Amino acid sequence: MPVLWIVLVVLAIGLAGYVLGRQRALAGVGGDASHLHSLPAYYGYNGLLFAVVPAFLVMLVWLLVQPVYVENRVSALIPDSAISESSTRSLVMSDVRRVAEGLDAAVASGAMSGDFARDLRTDLTDVRARLGEIGVALGSDVSPEVLIAAQSYRATSGTLSMAMTLVVIGLALAGLATAYVRTTPEYRARNTVEAMLLALLMLASTIAILTTVGIVFSLIFETIHFFQKYPWQSFFFSLTWRPSFEGGSDLGLLPLLWGTLYISVIALLVSVPIGLFAAIYLSEYAGPKVRAAAKPMIEILAGIPTIVYGLFALITVGPLLRDYFAEPLGLGTSSSSVMTAGIVMGIMLIPFVSSLSDDIINAVPQAMRDGSLGLGATQSETIRQVIIPAALPGIVGAILLAASRAIGETMIVVLGAGAAAKIDLNPFEAMTTVTVKIVGQLTGDTDFSSPESLVAFALGMTLFVITLGLNVFALYIVRKYREQYE
Amino acid sequence: MTDLSAAPGAAGRAKTSSILEADARTRRRNAAEARFKLYGMLAVATGVLALILLLISILSNGLSSFRQTFVTFDVPLSAETLDPSGNRNPDEMSKVSTFGYSPLILNGLKEALSARGISVEEVPDADLANMISRAAAADLRDFVLANPQVVGETLSFEFLANGRIDGFFKGRVTYESAERDSNVTPGQLRVAEAMVAAGLMETRFNWGFITGPDASGQRPESAGLGVAILGSFYMMLVVLVLTLPIGVAASIYLEEFAPKNRFTDLIEVNISNLAAVPSIVFGILGLAVFINFAGLPQSAPIVGGLVLTLMTLPTIIIATRASLKSVPPSIRQAALGVGASKMQSVFHHVLPLAAPGILTGTIIGLAQALGETAPLLLIGMVAFVREYPEGLPQGLFDPASALPVQVYQWTQRSDPAFVERASGAIIVLLVFLVLMNAVAVLLRRRFERRW
Repeated sequence: MPVLWIVLVVLAIGLAGYVLGRQRALAGVGGDASHLHSLPAYYGYNGLLFAVVPAFLVMLVWLLVQPVYVENRVSALIPDSAISESSTRSLVMSDVRRVAEGLDAAVASGAMSGDFARDLRTDLTDVRARLGEIGVALGSDVSPEVLIAAQSYRATSGTLSMAMTLVVIGLALAGLATAYVRTTPEYRARNTVEAMLLALLMLASTIAILTTVGIVFSLIFETIHFFQKYPWQSFFFSLTWRPSFEGGSDLGLLPLLWGTLYISVIALLVSVPIGLFAAIYLSEYAGPKVRAAAKPMIEILAGIPTIVYGLFALITVGPLLRDYFAEPLGLGTSSSSVMTAGIVMGIMLIPFVSSLSDDIINAVPQAMRDGSLGLGATQSETIRQVIIPAALPGIVGAILLAASRAIGETMIVVLGAGAAAKIDLNPFEAMTTVTVKIVGQLTGDTDFSSPESLVAFALGMTLFVITLGLNVFALYIVRKYREQYE
Repeated sequence: MTDLSAAPGAAGRAKTSSILEADARTRRRNAAEARFKLYGMLAVATGVLALILLLISILSNGLSSFRQTFVTFDVPLSAETLDPSGNRNPDEMSKVSTFGYSPLILNGLKEALSARGISVEEVPDADLANMISRAAAADLRDFVLANPQVVGETLSFEFLANGRIDGFFKGRVTYESAERDSNVTPGQLRVAEAMVAAGLMETRFNWGFITGPDASGQRPESAGLGVAILGSFYMMLVVLVLTLPIGVAASIYLEEFAPKNRFTDLIEVNISNLAAVPSIVFGILGLAVFINFAGLPQSAPIVGGLVLTLMTLPTIIIATRASLKSVPPSIRQAALGVGASKMQSVFHHVLPLAAPGILTGTIIGLAQALGETAPLLLIGMVAFVREYPEGLPQGLFDPASALPVQVYQWTQRSDPAFVERASGAIIVLLVFLVLMNAVAVLLRRRFERRW
């Protein structure tokens, strides 16, 4: 049964649980709700939650575990002899999956009967041609081992899906029965329902942790895979990046890191002065009208998707820099360059720096301004010598956050910085970044066993560690600063 | 002592200063003040200018993509070529490929031109055929196979003009550039001008750009955003359905119930860090967990939706917590005072009062998710998809594209007409974003309460 149907059936059982629970509670006191421990609706919710929650939790876990289990079981069926030298077990398994899906599609479209698909044999039927007829294209002929594995794959998943349907619906019914039996006028329905709700709320809040765990694990596992196939010394210290899918590629991190940092530095050189001065002007000088008009305008910049900045770099800023700076100065002929990406990224970061610094400057106590002005300092002297030093830790925190943004930014550099990995000082030269190469190595048809695609996970890990470090450091500084004035 | 007025030549004494006239030091300080203020104004002006420049660049490049050049003329649907067996059976007629239809279109075009007295001597047939979009033959074939009874008749059809001809009317292609371009000749442009004068060709609003599917790199004129808009819509649906309940539940727990201990501290730190993790890392997560581990299909809106959900959750949790926090404690105390349980006070009183703020935060989170590109590139959304995904819920598992990814794809193609289309797609994206943000602002204005 498709998952959607199971969900609907369980929900229907839950609804029945609501109605039955409420009725039974009311019937127990002859319709007079004031003799119940809780309001009648709580007895209903009690029935609903008992029926639905365990059933859905089990279904969720089952759906996560089943594919892994089937995979392992079927994979064990394939003898080592069936795996040719140029191939790997995971490649054969993907063939198996494709054949199994093809058979499913054939049965679903009526081209084969279920029995026929189960008893199919390669020496009697040309499986590839049969599946080709109904639009399932296979890359090569189907070997007997693959077909047997595919049939077992289908059979196991079929049995398991059936079992899941039965278990989930059985659990829902059992939950309903339990709730029904337990419903008496003295039953503390509200307390139970609230306890269950609290557990659900808590579960929801752990998703943030699960996401982090997921990120860390998916990065770590594949990074370990990568380092099993490629020496870590060359990854961290090699000065060349030259992937080639025939093997023997150079996958040095340093050129990418250089490009990333170079672009980020330019972006910060653009955004920090502009953002900081804008924040100072808007919070210390501007009248309410200017502030009301200019602040949202600058904040719109923060709401524009990065792909828009990327296109802006590609079609406007890049050609502009090339025609008016790079070519006349003889520095290069490429429209995608470190400068292009850096300037556009700087524009993107202006609102980020300015709104963070704005908050921090506003948090400086008014007494400090008054004291300075009262001693005869001009406003700019007050800002430079009193407010900025007081707000400095916060501003440094904001700059670090902006730096972490710049390092992790993808679309602007994909469209504006170019793809050539090199270490060069000329800012009008095309260079590339860690994020560009992650996209480059993982888009398109990739084979997840070659170091050329696995390197993307190692790059992702590097990126994650750098940005996480910057964030934690920035938050630490900001938090420490805040304690001073509160 | 008494010598107050004396000492006319007291050396080293500063000149007396007047409060009516600033001395040099004051002037310098005031100048520094003015300069400092000017820097601030310049910074604000730069920010605003950058925004204006960005918008002008996108609008000037993209607005023309909503208009397209169409050619209208009669095409004789000759029965001998289209239906050799003569029994109007679509299955047999489908054996005639698009190559069978191209000559018909060319003949129709030539007749229409000669009927209006437009000379085509300097333009060879191949160039003439190239003036019509490459998609025309396929469109005509689809139409004939859907309506077999029209074979043998002569019907008026409207075709898209080739991207270069279209570019000529939009100023992208000129006679000079045509000399150097192998894809278009000045002769074609002269014929095109004559066709416009004769009313065969016109440039007008093109719905196909918004509703049509993508097209290959050879036929920019027929590329549209339909599949991408639908894909983005599906993803936003997934994000909304998942983030709103989960985000609100998590925020209620953290804000109202969570005890102050190690575990909740861990959650808090996690949420604030997740909000700052680069989006591409979420793409890697999606690839590793949803596609490689859970075996969900590539390019499917469900995977995109799940990845964007994880990305948006921190934003929504932060916004929801802020609006829960802004409900004054007196509301909770009053509810508790008349005998409500803690859970009742939250669900019956605090949550409804915080709802407008939560909704605003959710819409802004969705707007952010709508514009996100990088993680979608990694989960295979860059595939070339021409078929519309099916209806819900099956469509969630069909391959689809997404608006920002479509922009990225178009920027990777060589034909300059795709730059126009990418900018046009961005205009569509920005219109959606502006609408969503406007709704958020309206909601806030209408329902926000100051306590």
